Amino acid sequence: MTPGHLRALFEPRGVVVVGASSHPGKFGFVSLHNLLAAGFTGPVFTTNLSGESVLGIQTVPTIDDIGSEADVGPIDLAFVCTPASTNGEVIRACARRGIKAVFLTSAGYAESGPQGRVLQEELVALARSLDVLVAGPNGQGVVSTPASLCAQIVAPYPPVGRIGVASQSGNFVSSFMNWSIATGVGISRAVSAGNAAMIGVADYLDYYADDPATDVGLAYVEGLVDGRAFFERVKGVAARKPLVVVKGGSTDGGARAAASHTGSLATNDRVFDGACRQAGVTRAATVEEAFEAAASFATQPLPKGPNVVVLTTAGGWGVVTADAITADRDLVLLPLPDDLRAQIDTKLPPRWSRSNPVDLAGAETRDTIPEVLELIAQHPDVHAIVVLGIGIQSNQARLIRQGRFYPDHGLERIVAFHERQDARYAEVAAEVSERTGKPILVATELAVADPSNPGPAAVRAGGRLCYSSANRAVTALGHLYRYRRFLARRADTGY
Amino acid sequence: MGGGVAKITLRTVSPTTTTSSVPFSHLPIRTTRTLSEVESKRLLAAYGVVFVDERVVDTPDEAAEAGASVGFPVAIKLCGDAIAHKTERGLVRLSIIDVDAARQAAVELLARATPDDGPVQLLVAPMVRGHRELIAGVAHDPQFGKTVMLGIGGIFAEALGDVVFRLVPITALDAYEMIDDLATQILLGPFRGEPPVDVDSLVKVLVALSDLAVARPDVVSVDLNPLIVANGVAVPVDALVEVAS
Repeated sequence: MTPGHLRALFEPRGVVVVGASSHPGKFGFVSLHNLLAAGFTGPVFTTNLSGESVLGIQTVPTIDDIGSEADVGPIDLAFVCTPASTNGEVIRACARRGIKAVFLTSAGYAESGPQGRVLQEELVALARSLDVLVAGPNGQGVVSTPASLCAQIVAPYPPVGRIGVASQSGNFVSSFMNWSIATGVGISRAVSAGNAAMIGVADYLDYYADDPATDVGLAYVEGLVDGRAFFERVKGVAARKPLVVVKGGSTDGGARAAASHTGSLATNDRVFDGACRQAGVTRAATVEEAFEAAASFATQPLPKGPNVVVLTTAGGWGVVTADAITADRDLVLLPLPDDLRAQIDTKLPPRWSRSNPVDLAGAETRDTIPEVLELIAQHPDVHAIVVLGIGIQSNQARLIRQGRFYPDHGLERIVAFHERQDARYAEVAAEVSERTGKPILVATELAVADPSNPGPAAVRAGGRLCYSSANRAVTALGHLYRYRRFLARRADTGY
Repeated sequence: MGGGVAKITLRTVSPTTTTSSVPFSHLPIRTTRTLSEVESKRLLAAYGVVFVDERVVDTPDEAAEAGASVGFPVAIKLCGDAIAHKTERGLVRLSIIDVDAARQAAVELLARATPDDGPVQLLVAPMVRGHRELIAGVAHDPQFGKTVMLGIGGIFAEALGDVVFRLVPITALDAYEMIDDLATQILLGPFRGEPPVDVDSLVKVLVALSDLAVARPDVVSVDLNPLIVANGVAVPVDALVEVAS
């Protein structure tokens, strides 16, 4: 297995769907549909024993019946929906046609019992001897947005982005991609490892670590056949790029469920946890925490230290966020430096909090938020900022729009002003963050309560995650800081 | 049973069938034996674990002399290759304040030896006093191989369950981060008039455990339990090393 094999899987020049079906309920139809609907630009071929036309593509009985590379173009990936019993011949035909990568959705292998295990071992031996990479079997498919590739038997297809997903459970690939659609933070590659007969989660992550389209790895794992080998691989990955892992089966109850799901042995969770810390792997407690950590790595600079300042337009939000920062073992709620306080004093009337959280207490005028944010971000002691309150002006604007007085009484003008301001705050947050190299996280429940609100909508349009609560922003920030600290300590000490 | 022959104990250790890039993590372990406290400490000391100045003697008079030499108060333990569970069997005497008490304790301990214990000796060590206890060790994990462990010890150890692991080998930085990962940080700072735990000396203990595990693939487990935090320094007062036979 070489990077070339994985390139064939993720960047195929042409694809053949083996076992295409005209029945819209079958995988052989759905996968072809998804491939075409996502706009794959290379040539697409299909095989089907009865020679039907499916979704406008004429099928041929076997791969051997597809024209030669010189005549119809190269094929690098075969997406296989045929029963296990026929797949040996499929792999031989792939090898004859120069197809380097095969994704097997077919079930009936190791997951089905001892006979299936033998079948799987034979398949791997055959594929190795023919120099063909087999992904799966029993997997849901592969997504690669740089190639507009959606070769999978399930939805969805995510926006383009920088997160590389690998999962032992296919449904978590869907979960992560659903979060990607909801938040707008995109995915580069995503693959479900299925039975991982020939290639597993760690192999995909290793590929992502050198993949120019990917900035962060995101993995779901459930059981480890060889924890030590997994550790050695992910340690190498995390040394190159941030890697976020969420693990199923971390409690006794979950481990029993995992045993029946994938036959995984229970893992000593504390040993796994220690191994992650040692490898610099970001371990998330939940699926949404994992996605948000990955989305933060993909879209925010790493904080160079633990000091956080909260900028809020209302007191209560700031208090809760101060709690979250203080509860994090590693982040610090920075006592507001005197010089920064004096600078902010020049921008605000005296009723602002004059401490961290910087609570504007409703004293802001048109340019206050951008100006104060700039002052905070420029201060050398500040390493990260959490911004609260974006969207409230537009929330009022929405109510005005829906009310019976709009657009008279000057309401049209004030609505436009509110909406412009919230969009501007979001744009400024991203711009200042990029310019200063400091993470600036915008949090508001409007991200989910009203995603069309111009505040969160502008955060999304800028390619960043709008956190649905300050607590979730702080959790993600803690992960960013710990990864940065892991790298910095090892760079300093040479370990 | 000769002095160099230890008791053979049969233990069930989950066999691993997978291969690994780190061969020492997957030794096929069948049977193990536990080294005596004296042997265990000698082995660990060679890798850098620092123990208190203690003496191994044979007679009550020698015990009294050893007590005077290391300085009272002392602890006296009956030890031998075949003796484990000293505390449960009442083979440990603590806070012995002078030569007469030392002689008397030694007489009583020697009288408690049974024929099954084989050759026995007396271990005389200065008392290590502190309010806080830690545990540290090496353990074999069926999926990850050898690990170094650190935890909060003492009477609430199990209730707290505050234990962290790293995979062998560890660096000094890994060891530092292990200490930092303990949840009960308040026990590591200044505590009831005692100074904070000296992190550097504890790092040395953890790295020594890792070094031993790397150099000696036959070492199955190590228990330093407890390490008593005395004047800030975590001092191991008991040690058991289990090796594959």
